[in-house]
Amino acid sequence: MIRLLRLNGPLMLPMLALVMALAFYARPAYAVNPDEMLSDPALEARAREISEELRCLVCQNQSIDDSDADLAHDLRVLVRERLLAGDTNQQAINYIVARYGDYVLLNPPLKPDTYILWASPFILVGLAGLAVFGFYRRKKREGRTTPANLTDQERKRLNEILNPSGD
Amino acid sequence: MRFWIAVIPLVLFAALAGIFLTNIGKDQSVIPSALIGKPAPEFSLPPLPGRETGISHADLTQGHVSVINVFASWCVPCRAEHPMIKRLAAEADVPVYGLNYKEKDPQDGVNWLDEMGDPYTAVGMDISGRTAIDFGVYGVPETFIIDGEGKIAYKQVGPIDEKTLEDVLLPKIRELKKG
Repeated sequence: MIRLLRLNGPLMLPMLALVMALAFYARPAYAVNPDEMLSDPALEARAREISEELRCLVCQNQSIDDSDADLAHDLRVLVRERLLAGDTNQQAINYIVARYGDYVLLNPPLKPDTYILWASPFILVGLAGLAVFGFYRRKKREGRTTPANLTDQERKRLNEILNPSGD
Repeated sequence: MRFWIAVIPLVLFAALAGIFLTNIGKDQSVIPSALIGKPAPEFSLPPLPGRETGISHADLTQGHVSVINVFASWCVPCRAEHPMIKRLAAEADVPVYGLNYKEKDPQDGVNWLDEMGDPYTAVGMDISGRTAIDFGVYGVPETFIIDGEGKIAYKQVGPIDEKTLEDVLLPKIRELKKG
């Protein structure tokens, strides 16, 4: 067996093909366990959608859909319970936000606290635009002015430099 | 014009330095609680095995300041924090309730308190962790100070050390007791 798998073994090519096929088949692994899932596929799909929007408070850079943390599990179950109880997606999200604040939302909401956050990309693009505009305007202005003719004094000094031995 | 362009990096640097300076010593993983100033959630938790009283929402609305400490036997920082909970219970002169968070075996909480000492006025068992979620708990230990009206006045995330106890929690409780 080992011999077959060696670099020059007869099975090398099929094995390589298999490995590559598996690599392309790979999907992100989710932390959702089968026992958490709802039997109703439509509700389960909504639960997944909500879970991807909610931050895991333990790991903080993962959604609860991705996270293996115990609390993430509890929150996933809680979201599903809310849906079973008849909540809309927004109601289920609000239920969690009421307990953990806006911080649990991976998409920060647009409100006075976050105006600067949402405006910052536009402000930066605006500033960059101004800088580029200013740069080209100055270049254009400089390009238009022709250099002044030399004064008599400069002409004299130039002659001295070019003909040091002169006179 | 040239002068102002030269000044921009300096100003930006000073602004960043200012931001960093104010963040020194701040734990970035601490999430501001959404529940400060809000009424403590409705809950009722059963007692530990072999004990008479658990804890419930009614304990927090008796017209006096109280404290809830979330702990678990499997939580290592809780072990480090426990002497400060004892001091808190002894020095603050308010009820200090324990919320025993998600024990695998209910007996674990009892054993832990037998070993470490039990400063709590009463302890409730939150096996499912659902009450803790209602309190916005995202890790143990956490400690809440509840005012006389049953509103959450302060939340401490992570273990209480001597400095936190003396400089933050005890003064906060004294201030709330004054009304």
